[in-house]
This record gives sequence, C-alpha cells and structure tokens, in this order.
Amino acid sequence: MTLFKRRHVLQTLGLGLATLAACGLTVASAEDRKSVRIGYAVSKTGPNAGGAGITTIPNYVLWVKDVNDAGGLELPDGSKLPIEVVEYDDRSSAEEVVRAVERLATQDKVDFMLVPWGTGFNLAVAPLFDRFGYPQLAVSAVTDKAPEFVKRWKKSFWLLGGGHDYARALAAVLVEANKAGTINNKVAMISIADGFGIDLVTAARPAFKEAGLEVAYDKTYPIGTSDFTPLINEAKASGADTFVAFSYPPDTFALTQQSQVTAFNPKVLYLGVGTGFPVYFKNNGENATGIMSLGGIDPNNQENAAYRKRHEEVTGQGPDYWGSVITYASLQMLQEAIKRKGLDREAVSEELSTGTFNTVLGETKLEDNQLRQLWWTGQWQNGQFVGVAPANRPGASKVVLPRQPWKAQ
Amino acid sequence: MNAKAIAAWGIAAAVLVALAFAPSYLGPYGIGLMIGIAGYVTLATAWALFSGPTRYVSLATVAFFGIGAYTVAVLSESLPYPLVLLAAAAIGLVVALVVGLSTLRLAGVYFVIFTFGLAELIRQLVTWYEVNVTGTLGRYIFLDLGPEDIYWQLLALAAVTLLLAWWIGRSRIGLALKVIGDDEVVAAHCGIDIARVKLALFALSAVIITLVGAIQAPRWTYVEPAIVFNPTISFLTLIMALLGGANRLWGPLLGAVPLFLLFEWLSANFPNHYSIILGLLFIAIVFVLPKGVLAFTEKLWKRGRAR
Repeated sequence: MTLFKRRHVLQTLGLGLATLAACGLTVASAEDRKSVRIGYAVSKTGPNAGGAGITTIPNYVLWVKDVNDAGGLELPDGSKLPIEVVEYDDRSSAEEVVRAVERLATQDKVDFMLVPWGTGFNLAVAPLFDRFGYPQLAVSAVTDKAPEFVKRWKKSFWLLGGGHDYARALAAVLVEANKAGTINNKVAMISIADGFGIDLVTAARPAFKEAGLEVAYDKTYPIGTSDFTPLINEAKASGADTFVAFSYPPDTFALTQQSQVTAFNPKVLYLGVGTGFPVYFKNNGENATGIMSLGGIDPNNQENAAYRKRHEEVTGQGPDYWGSVITYASLQMLQEAIKRKGLDREAVSEELSTGTFNTVLGETKLEDNQLRQLWWTGQWQNGQFVGVAPANRPGASKVVLPRQPWKAQ
Repeated sequence: MNAKAIAAWGIAAAVLVALAFAPSYLGPYGIGLMIGIAGYVTLATAWALFSGPTRYVSLATVAFFGIGAYTVAVLSESLPYPLVLLAAAAIGLVVALVVGLSTLRLAGVYFVIFTFGLAELIRQLVTWYEVNVTGTLGRYIFLDLGPEDIYWQLLALAAVTLLLAWWIGRSRIGLALKVIGDDEVVAAHCGIDIARVKLALFALSAVIITLVGAIQAPRWTYVEPAIVFNPTISFLTLIMALLGGANRLWGPLLGAVPLFLLFEWLSANFPNHYSIILGLLFIAIVFVLPKGVLAFTEKLWKRGRAR
C-alpha cells in the first residue's frame, strides 16, 4: 500500500508541476491576425518604480489608448489593427527583466517590444532585443557610449543623450553669463553617489575646466541623505555664484526647501532629476522661476502642448519635462514606421534609423541611431520648464539670469 | 557499494546528462528558466550547507553573489575568463574568512542582523570606491557567453555543490556540524574545534555563492551596485531552502525548483499582484511547513505506515 501511495504522491506532484508549466507557457497560436501584440517589461514595483511611473508607464498607457481610440495601428495597406498589450513587472531586478524579455520574445511572440526604464535595464535587455531581432528605442538611458552601442547592436536607438552633452551645455550657459558679468566664474557642485550623479559629475569636471570655470566646491553625498544643510553652508562659504546639484528627486525637493530655509541664494541654481516634474512647480510656485535643470520643452510647440494636456487628462498626472515627451515621441516614431513598413521588424528598424518622422517634438530624425535634437538645459519660466540650451536651436527660450532670491510663500 | 547505491548514482548521472543536453530540446525561454533554476538550486544548496546544520540564518547571500558579479565586471576586460572566475572565488573566500572570523561567535538574531547589514556594507563600500577612485558607477560586461554557456557552468556548479553537500553530510566535519547545531557546549566538550568547523563551512558556502554571481553576471551586460546587491536574492534563497528543508541533501533543491517555477508563473500571469501573493506564500510556508516539505512528507509517510 505504501508503494502505491508513494507513486500516487509522485504522480500528483508531477501532474501539478506540469499544469504549472503549461499555464505559464501560454503559446501564441498562429490564428488570423486580429491585433498587433506589443509587449513590455517595466519596473512597476521596487526602487525603480518611481522613475518608471512618471516617465515610462503613463506614456505607454496613453499611447496605446490613443492608437486604439483611433482604430488601431495602421499598416501599409491602410488596414488598422488594434494593439494588444502584454505587460510584465520586472520588480526592479535585472535578472527578472532579462527573463521577462525572453518570455515576451519567445513565448508571447510579441510583434514589437517597448523598453524598460533606466540605463542599466536598457543595457541588460539590449543583447536580447538584438538576438531576437527587435528594434530597441531606449529612452530613459543616459549614456555617453551610445555610438559604441549602435555598432554593437544595430537595431538599438538611444534617445536621451549622454552626461557629456548635458555638462557641456551647462558649461556654455555659465560661460556666457560670466562673460556678461552676471556671475563669477566659481561653481559649487554636489552630486549623488549613484549612476546618474556620478556620470554627470565626471562629465562636468572636465567640461567646466575646459570652459575656464573654477570648481570651488565638489562633494558627493550618499543615497538617502535628507539633511543638506552642511553641504549648503559649505557651498555658500565657497563664494561661488553657481550651485549645481546632480541629484535625484527626493534630494532635489529637499535641496529646494533647505536652500530657502537657510536663505541660500546662488545666482544660478541648477538641480537634478525631479526639477522637471510637474509637482515641482506645484510645490514651489513662483520660487521655481529661474531654477535650471536637464531637459525642457519648446513652449510654442502646439503639438507638445496638446500632448501635455492629453497626458494629464488620460493618466491623471502631468508628464515630466525631460524624458516623458521623448518617450511618447519614440512611440509615435514606431507607429509611423509600422505604418510605412508593416510588421517586418527588419524594415521597421531600417526606417527608424533613416526616416524622418512627425512627432510631438516636431520633425524628428535620428543621427547614427541617436536622437540629438534634445534640450540639454532648461529653466523654469512663467510656470513652464522651457529649453534654453542649445541656444541656437529653433524654439529655444532665452536664459534669464541671475535667478531671483527666494520669496516668502 | 550495494546495488541500490549504484542504481542511485546511475540515475543521478543520467539526470545530469539529460539536463546537460537541455539546450538542444528547450527554446531560448526554456534555457532562461533553466538558468534561473540552476542558479537558485545552487544558491539554496550552498546556503543550506552552512545554515542547515548550524541553524545560523544567513542573509549575506547577496553580499557574496554581488562580489562575484562585480569581480567579473571589473576584471572581464583584463583577464581570461577562467582566471576571472578563480579571482572571484578567491575574493569571496577572503571576505568570507574575514567576516567569519569576526562574526561566527555571534548567535541567533544578532547573526541574522549582521549578515543583512553585511550586504549593505559591501554595497556601500563598492559604491564609495567607484565614486571616489574610479569615477564611474556602472560597469559593462562584454563577454562572448551565450545563455547555453552560462547554463552549463551553473549546472556543473550545481552538481559539484550537491556532491560536496553529500560528501560533507557523511564526513567527520558534517557530524561535527550536527553536534554544533544541536548543542555548542556539548560539541566543545567532545573536543570539536567549533570556530574552525563553522568557519570552514561558511567559507565553502560563500565561495560557491560568489561563483553563482560571477557566472550569472554576463547575462546583464551592465552592472551597478543597486543591480547586483539586490536583497531579494538573499530572501528568496532563504525561503527556498526552508521550504525544501535545510537539513537534507535534496531539501533545498526540492524547495528551489517548485518555488522558482511558481514565481515565474505568478510574474507571468499576475504581474500586478505578485508581491502580495509572495508575501502570503512566505507566511504560509513558515506556518504550515516550518521544517520543510521533505520533513512534512516523511511525517505523513510514517503516520500512514503506523496505521
């Protein structure tokens, strides 16, 4: 009897496992095409969820709704197919995002894949997009190595520039203001000890030096720092007219508050990620005016204004002023490339690489698989975060310096 | 060796060979799954190697896992791959010895807290070094290793780990460990060098965990402290070993395989409720199967026989 029981137990166990496996491996059947499958794995939980929840996910939701409301993705023959979404949460784990992308490509057999959030995760999935032949429109990845990556992964596209671009643009703005006699040539600089801060500060040091600016204060602070008073006081004592912080959102908000409390009024105030969040203006109102950061928009671009409005209506939150609009533009590029070339991923990649597209950014064309028409520096002016550098780009606003001192709210 | 033992060895060898040929009959997704399974089986078995008999609950798994991954990221450009793995193992060993010497006298909850802190400490040290010395945080790994290569390495490591666990289970050191786990005072009176035995096992377990990290790292292309020192790895390893039964040779394996498949199924089908279900599951495991699945089935078995 025991023998029978053992076998019985094993059988049940085996059966259970098999069912589990079968449920997990839902295989797409090759029926008549009723939809276009678009898949993505993105951090909905974990440390990356904050960034993904602002720049990436709302735009995916908005785009899918926009497309499906219009009847679906248009194909070269004029027919339209609705988008069917397959989405996974990578739980901010690199191994998970890798496996989720493998699952999307080989089990769900999606037609196109959208990218995860973050430099690290975009790089983690780049070899897979390449191996399975999917174009990768990497948006929230700031990297100076894009030209190398493009050679390595031919179907990869890098849309947010690199640390050097942002640092050089800032240096140019500062030199200009120094020449005009608005500020002295000293810069006080702090940066977060994490990917973004380190990338930017390593790019900024040589860029400032080259531009003839003197870095009077240069400190790094660990993630999770909440009291910036010592750093602010030291920066104040350095005699620099310019204060630069390559910071993350919580620090950006804290720095803004604590600068007001300590009456720290640098003539140029440049803060990191978070400055371009809509909530930043809501919290600081008039005091935001004059503060600079990465990104920006052209306030006279009607398409962009309409996009911002729709984003707020559909997702209930405004888009940020840096990566959001680029994310949406990348999706429009994909949509247009599919309209021109169909669902052939090879042809769509080729089209993305060489074609010219009309997006919320205006006329958009990639150079060597990279988007270079970007706003490297922006500034809060009249309740909008507008692009001020490159100054010669059409639509650029004029930078207004010095920044007004804090007003009591 | 009697016929039964020979048959067991034969079956084990056959299973290993069958698994080694898995890439030829599984698709790319299947291999991705197998990499995850092989990785966690090795982690859980290595974890149980030390923590099972001594009952020291270690949350330092990810500290060593991360050290392995980071070593590969740092050295992959300058050294041939086998040497990189050796270097990773050596660094893991040194760290384990230093940590072990200073902490294995701690017991109970103090040890748990310390090991959890260790992972964070190492992560912050790496970050500090990268920020202040090299000035880059992310590192790239461009090794020409496909998923099959990673899978085979992990499979080999898993087999070696199981062999080691089997051997230790019937060696003097294994017996000594069991005594230590039951009562340290008795062990000391029996003439067992408690510190040395614990240290040896801790170091061995750490080296294996380091190697798992080193082997898996090329899969991510890009490595930064937040990615490789992800504390979830420590918790998953722990819960897998506990589910199967940390005191038995096959326990961690029997915990790791079904749990890994379950996680995969959950994240594929309930991406938005994964964390909630996971939490409930952990609670259920601790309440229903405190000693692991193996012990539980054995108990049922004995009850059935007695009837």
